[in-house]
Amino acid sequence: MALSTRSNFPKPDDAFRAVVEAHRGLSDEQSANLDAMLVLILANHIGDLDVLREAIALAQRRMVDASQQAQQQQQ
Amino acid sequence: MAQPSKVQFGYRRHPDQDRAGTEAAEYPVVVIGAGPVGLSLAIDLAQRGQTVVLLDDADRIGEGSRAICFSKRSLEFWDRLGVADRMVDKGVVWSVGRIFHGASLLYQFNLLPEEGHKRPAFINLQQFYAEAYLVDRVQQLEAIDLRWRNKVTGLEQRNDHAVLTIETPDGPYWMRANYVVACDGARSSLRQMVGAEFAGQVFEDQFLIADVKMTAEFPTERWFWFDPPFHAGRSALLHKQPDDIWRIDLQLNPDADPVVEKRPENVRPRIARMLGHDKFDFEWISLYKFQCRRMEKFIHGRVIFAGDAAHQVSPFGARGANSGLEDAENLAWKLDRVLRKLSPEALLESYHIERSAAADENIRESTRSTDFMAPTSRQEARLRQAVLSLAKETEFGKRMINGGRLSVPSVYDSPLLTADRDAWRGGPRPGASMLDAPIAAGGGQPAFLTEAFVKAGARFTLLEFSNGVGVEAPDGVGVIRIGGNDGFSDSAGLAGTRYDAEPGTAYLLRPDGYVAARFRHPTHNSLDAALARATGIN
Repeated sequence: MALSTRSNFPKPDDAFRAVVEAHRGLSDEQSANLDAMLVLILANHIGDLDVLREAIALAQRRMVDASQQAQQQQQ
Repeated sequence: MAQPSKVQFGYRRHPDQDRAGTEAAEYPVVVIGAGPVGLSLAIDLAQRGQTVVLLDDADRIGEGSRAICFSKRSLEFWDRLGVADRMVDKGVVWSVGRIFHGASLLYQFNLLPEEGHKRPAFINLQQFYAEAYLVDRVQQLEAIDLRWRNKVTGLEQRNDHAVLTIETPDGPYWMRANYVVACDGARSSLRQMVGAEFAGQVFEDQFLIADVKMTAEFPTERWFWFDPPFHAGRSALLHKQPDDIWRIDLQLNPDADPVVEKRPENVRPRIARMLGHDKFDFEWISLYKFQCRRMEKFIHGRVIFAGDAAHQVSPFGARGANSGLEDAENLAWKLDRVLRKLSPEALLESYHIERSAAADENIRESTRSTDFMAPTSRQEARLRQAVLSLAKETEFGKRMINGGRLSVPSVYDSPLLTADRDAWRGGPRPGASMLDAPIAAGGGQPAFLTEAFVKAGARFTLLEFSNGVGVEAPDGVGVIRIGGNDGFSDSAGLAGTRYDAEPGTAYLLRPDGYVAARFRHPTHNSLDAALARATGIN
């Protein structure tokens, strides 16, 4: 496993907050544009294709899981 | 609209046509299709001593500039065929590309930023010139029998040969061939005759090519625009060719009507907007869509496929004609050895292994370029926009812009190679193509390594960095010695650097100029073993 999923920030709330605040006041379209840039900037900073692929896989796995949960709640 | 000059050839009846089907003439190798790939392959085979029949269903060189970018690798191949000087003299030499977004320059790249190479990164040359020069060379070689208006209409595979039915203005005749090489293009009829699938990805976007004649002061560079002011929302490409011809590529909407778009009165205003004036004439206008696909197997019995017949890519990256030429140089020496019974037929399988992997790489690269130019979803478009925006201020953004990744020789992973056992900090690894470098002959005359390779016979060659001892090369293997009393001198120190050489270092080069093996301290045994492996004997 090349991707680190341990908590890396001394204060995780600060990191979450920084991203949230960046989106404040933006339309969905603008937010999507911001995210696209952020993804590319951070991916380049990491500079490791294995890490990037694992991150994508993790996100996809959680998306599937989350949508299944949402379906179960509806039923 | 002026048409480019065409070269017409005459059909001539051949005595083979008087033979009955049962008495059909037999040849070791018949090449089908006299395009750049078929012509180059025939020349290479003939120079290796083979008798070649080359058939083409037309009687003239195709019109339109079509392939225009020929790579350094292709020029080095053509050097071996004795035609590169004419190509380079006529062609437009370039190595710099610029990428614009809107009206502003985003990024500039140089494909050959270093000195000390005989050939440039690329030349631009209309395909019909390249073909005309190759035909001239063919006509100097008695071993090639080039027959125009000979259309192959039937194929029958036997155990150790194939029988071709050939239609001519005088009716059909038959020919037997130990091997048939199909270089008959994207719509290959031979491919249909062997019943091979040719599946892949179809791209919906349409592109318009216009060759315009004008005198202009643009530099001889490849200019690519995303969303230019003269063609909002799409991409555009400008490239210089000889004879004051400029190639312009414009991306159109997927739903554009080809008939309407191709009309000069509709093309003219677009180009006038691009150039800022309308003092130009059209030479050629063509509209195209493209596919990225390849045959699953390049060899079907006695029929071997090369060039567009075997694989097709999008045009962004100059990977079509150049990869076809790499097919030709890869196949020629192998087929020659098999026909001479110096190597088992299994050697040909390595052609499929090496070149189908190269086709996959070319398809991957050109598909990525196409996807970048024509994003297929809103999020893809958003990511592309993010790259273009980031490129204005970051180096990584510039490098991520994909306006076509230009053809570079593939690095093979192949059973013919001997894996490195020594420690290397650089230099071309086994499977990579040789690197050029300036050297000087004994008398001090400057030369290039690629020239020394041609002079050594374009055969298996030992490139040796002398330590004074000198290893004995296996029989039939040429030698290029750098250093020592009788060797070339590494005048600029670049050969040693590019090959990560120490005294005693030796590279075994294949006849197509690829590295088969390399050693810090070669022995007779290690060279013999590497040679056996590289020739499919072991």
